[in-house]
Formats: sequence, C-alpha cells, structure tokens
Amino acid sequence: MSANLVSGVLFVPLLAAGLLAVIPGYRLSAGLNMLASLITLGFALSLLVAERPGSGQLLVVDDMNVVFIVLNAFVGFTTSVFSATYIGHELETGRLTPLHLRFYHAMYQLMLFGMNMALTANNIGLMWVAVELATLTTVLMVGIYRTPAALEAAWKYFILGSVGIALALFGTILVYLAARPVVGEGMDAMVWTTLAAHARDFDPSLLNIAFVFLLLGYGTKVGLAPLHAWLPDAHAEGPTPISAVLSGLLLNVALYALLRFKILLAANPASIAPGPLMMGLGLLSLIFAGFMLYRRRDIKRMFAYSSIEHMGIIVFAFGLAGPLGNFAGLLQMTMHSLTKSAIFFSVGHVTQVKRSQWMADMGGLTESHPMLGWGLVAGVAAIAGLPPFGVFMSEFLVVSAAFATHPILAVLLVFGLLLAFGALLLRLGDVAFGPVKGLVGPVEASSIPLFAHLALVLVAGIWLPPPMVAWFQHVARMLG
Amino acid sequence: MRGISFDIAHMLAGFLVLASFLMLYQARLYALLHVLALHAFVLALSVAWQAHIQDAPHLYITAAIALGFKAMLIPWALRRIVVRLGVHREIEAVGGIGLTMLGGIALVALSLEVMLPVTAQTDPVAREDIALALSVVLIGLLMMVTRRNAVSQVVGFLSLENGIILAATGARGMPLVVEISVAFSVLVAFIVIGIFLFRIRERFDTIDVGALEQHRGGRQ
Repeated sequence: MSANLVSGVLFVPLLAAGLLAVIPGYRLSAGLNMLASLITLGFALSLLVAERPGSGQLLVVDDMNVVFIVLNAFVGFTTSVFSATYIGHELETGRLTPLHLRFYHAMYQLMLFGMNMALTANNIGLMWVAVELATLTTVLMVGIYRTPAALEAAWKYFILGSVGIALALFGTILVYLAARPVVGEGMDAMVWTTLAAHARDFDPSLLNIAFVFLLLGYGTKVGLAPLHAWLPDAHAEGPTPISAVLSGLLLNVALYALLRFKILLAANPASIAPGPLMMGLGLLSLIFAGFMLYRRRDIKRMFAYSSIEHMGIIVFAFGLAGPLGNFAGLLQMTMHSLTKSAIFFSVGHVTQVKRSQWMADMGGLTESHPMLGWGLVAGVAAIAGLPPFGVFMSEFLVVSAAFATHPILAVLLVFGLLLAFGALLLRLGDVAFGPVKGLVGPVEASSIPLFAHLALVLVAGIWLPPPMVAWFQHVARMLG
Repeated sequence: MRGISFDIAHMLAGFLVLASFLMLYQARLYALLHVLALHAFVLALSVAWQAHIQDAPHLYITAAIALGFKAMLIPWALRRIVVRLGVHREIEAVGGIGLTMLGGIALVALSLEVMLPVTAQTDPVAREDIALALSVVLIGLLMMVTRRNAVSQVVGFLSLENGIILAATGARGMPLVVEISVAFSVLVAFIVIGIFLFRIRERFDTIDVGALEQHRGGRQ
C-alpha cells in the first residue's frame, strides 16, 4: 500500500506531463496542472502518516526526505494555482502562444517529477539523474520568452548548471570508489542506506575529495556565492512562476543532495569536517548578496539575490551542525521556501500590471493596488526577518546557535543579515509607498496562494505545532 | 598478461589527455570538431578495453554509444550547424595559446598530485584512470573558460563529459544504470544545446557568446 504512495508522488506528475503535452487549450491544461499538483500533494501528505515501505535499491522514504517532499508538493501546488492566472495574462498580452503554454505545462510537471525523484532516490546515481532532469526542464522554461535576455539567461544557466552537475557526477563516482572496498562491487555501493550504514569504514581521503566535488557541483545548483552567476539571470528572465519554484524548490533539492553526502562524512570520523567549508561558503554568499542587493534596479533580480542570501544562511546553519544548527537550518529552509514563493507570486502580478520589472517604474503600490501592495509589504517584511514572521524566529535560532559555538562568525552573520535587511526595506519603501508611479491597470490576481503562504509563515512565527518541532528535532539529530 | 592489459588501459587514458591538449590549441572550428571526434573515438577504445579486462559486457554498450553517438553523430551535427551558420572562421581564444597550454599542463600536474596519493588503496587501473580522467575534466573546463564561441564551449563541455565517462568505467563494477543515464543525459543535453544554438542564431546572426553579454548591459 505505502509503496504505492511513493509511486503516486512520482507517477502522477509523469503521467500529467505526458497528458499536458498533447492537450491543447490553456484553460483545460492549467486546470489539469492544478489537479495533478493537488493529487501529488495528497500522496505526499499521506506519506507522513502511512507506514513506511522498506527502502529499496532505488527509492527510500525516511523522516528526513518526507519534510522536503511535503514542502515540495505544497509549493508546487500553490504555484500551479498562481501560474494559472499569471499564464492567462501572458497569453492575452501575446508574450506566449498557446503552443508555448502546452510546452510550459508539460515541463512544469516533468520538473516536479524530477524533483520528487531526486528527493525519494535511495541511489546516488539515480539522484544525480533526477537533479539533471529537473535542471534541464527549468532551463527550457527560463528561455521560453525567447527574448535576447531570456536566451542569455537560459544559456548561462545551462552551461553553469551542466558544469556543476558534471562535477557532482565526478564526486558521485568517487563516493562509489570509496564504498566499493567495503560494501562490494555493483549496485549496493551506490545505495544510500547501505552507504550510510558502512560510512565509518570508508577511505577518508577519497571521501574528502568526493565531498569537495559534490560541494562545488551541487553548490552551483544551490547558488552559493562564487558559483551563483546563473541564478539572478534565470530568476529575472523566466516566467515568474518558474522564479517561484526555482527559489522555493529547486535550490532546496540541490541542498538536500548535499546534505545526504554530508551525513556520510559526519559518520566517518577520519574524514574532514564538512562544517567549516559549508560555513565559509554560506557566509560568503550571505555577505556578498547583502552588498549586491543595494545596487539592484530590477525587482525580480533583487529577490534572486535575496535567495542567494538566504541559501547562504541555510548552508551556514547546516555547517554549524549540532541539534540547534540543523534545526535552525531546516526551519529557515521551510520558511524561506514559503516566503520567497509568496513574494514572487505578488511580484509576478505587479510586473504584469506595470509591464516592467524595473523598480523605477513602480511606486505607491499600497495605494494603487492595496491587496498586492500589502501582500508584497508583508512578504518583504517576512523575508527581511521582521517579527512576528517565521523567518525572524529561524534567523534568531541560527544567530544564537552561532554565538554559542563560533562568536566571531556570528558577528559576521549578524552583519550580513543587517546588510540585507537595510537593502530590502530601502527598496520596499520606494516600491510600496510614496506617490503612485507607472501604469495602474486592473489586475486579475489570485491572492489565495499568496496569502496562504504568508499566513503559514505568520503562524509559524508565533506558534510552531509541537509535533512539527519534535519532527524537526528528530531530523536535526539524523543530520548529525 | 595482466601487466600488458594495465599498460594498454593507461595508454588509452593517456591518449585521451593528449587529445584534450590537441583541442586546446585548435584555432579553427572544423579542426576542433575533428579533434572532438578523435577524442570520443579514443574514449570508445578505452571503454571497450575496460569492458574486456573487467569482463563486463555491458560496458561495450557504453563504448558503442561513445563511438556511434559521440564520435560520429555529434561532430557531424555540429559541423552542419557550423556550415549553416557560416562561422567556419577563426576562433578567438582568450589569453593566447601558449598560456592556455601551460594552464593545461598545470591542471594535469594538479590532478595527478591530488588523486594519486588518495587512491593508493584502490586497484591500479582505477587509480590512474581516475587521475587521468580528472585531467580531462579540468582541461574541458579550461577550454570552456577560454573560448567565447558557443560551438567551442559545447565542444569543451563534451570533452568534460568524456572525462567523466572514463572515470565511471574505470571504477570497476559501477552499475549500468549510471552509464546509460550518463549517455542518455548527454543526448538530452545535446538536444537542448542544439535548440539553443538555433535560437541564438535566429536572434543574433552570430553564435559568439560575447555578443550575448551585451544584452545584460544596463540591466543591473
């Protein structure tokens, strides 16, 4: 029974992708897209309560990846709701043709399939294939407008993503080499659960080099600082629903892959500690993105840099490790996914009204479009880390975990947080308040996904349900 | 007997590194595509030899894919693109050939220095294959960094992939899933790149990636 649940998470999107590729008519396909995402969410939620199947050679469901799967399916569903109204508008203004839309919907489900497969994979080879699939589908969607800027973004994303993913495969091969003498030849040496059980006896120096490759490879997909060049372009030039899933989901999937390998290293006492590497890259991303935020003029590009900043914080938190660091990292990751996709929902409608992504063309949004404007204000307040939103709590936890163990790094962390905070509020003031600027046409916005996300973030900031806390604590212990 | 089979494996892997060096200094696109075909051909030989000495028949499939797809089909298709776009002119290399070659030599030294001590426990075939494969990967990266033309960047990426396949086949008993998926993903990746090349052609009348970068101006 429960084995069927796992396959539901995988096969519903795959089936839907096939169907959507042949169905003409955007209303029907947008509806089907939502329905498929909703069914996937249903399967994902049922994984929480159902009895777990034993781990196979290909797939596994454990306490750790269930968190990611549910988050993935939820944001995937709400984004499909947002996408339905967004895409309708793009069709009216003629930026996309019906054929493009058919392609877009099929790719959307294929991307969800790729991400779910990466999350449920029990085989490091399969996981790699799935991450590559998710990358390729998003590359195609980023380039869908076919403007010179969109093509440049897609090309850059494709080349950097492929190089990253190639390095990750090299790292995967090295992990296999390290495992082979202990586990034996063949499939077993790539099965995650077997690897985790025997990691103690692996050759530590091979594992070290493998981790460096994996960190660089999957780190490119996470958007860590020296390797982030694709991220702002891909977010700014693609359709906004794709920006939402890129920030909210794909970065998490790459991070998940990295965390899986981090567990292997943590289990091997003779290998290097992955912590300092991750903390260093995380802090670098945070501070770099903090400075870059000040010079942005394009609103989607700005929030892309904010994603780099938050991935920096999350990677830093997981680098700190320990029960508190990992807990804070998990919470921060969940909160960031929900908040950032909510922001992109509102930004998507705003750019459609203003027919521009330039912040100079926007102003007084709270006056001209109260619902969108205040939604954006709430989202930015949340992402900047203001109480009472959930991001405040998770950032507070990261900072206190850092002060407990690495006071000097904690000072840098706080500096980076304040830097980003200042930049975001500065820009928000121009866009949301003051005199009304730019076009003020009516907007056909779907506010339900936007406010559903914000409500969740708000509730999480005030009161975290005890079962969820217990669950996160359990996962944090697994992460070592 | 055992000694000679190891020697042949090393020789083929060494040839692959040599082919990577040949790529670095090709100044014309046609010549570059010929070297790409040679690169994939050497890879096919090397994989087939691994299949023979490891007694792993499924590796012959990987070798066949390398031979048919990467050594013939891809260079042919890229050549057609080059002809259609009319860009069989000189490649503008950044930094000069001499410097690039020196960089390549440094990368080979680096990968030997890094990999050989680490893999002391594994069997000797895998040990040197991995070190040489890493050299091929790094030289592929170097090529992608130094070239500004879209076609030659793709060639750099394909040689990088070849290096990874060499590593995967050198690791004895690596499951088939991975090899097929690697080959498959190369196929997919290539289709994507092909589409992109045509789109770039449509929009710019050039496939010089440098021209793409203009569109970013003023945006930040």
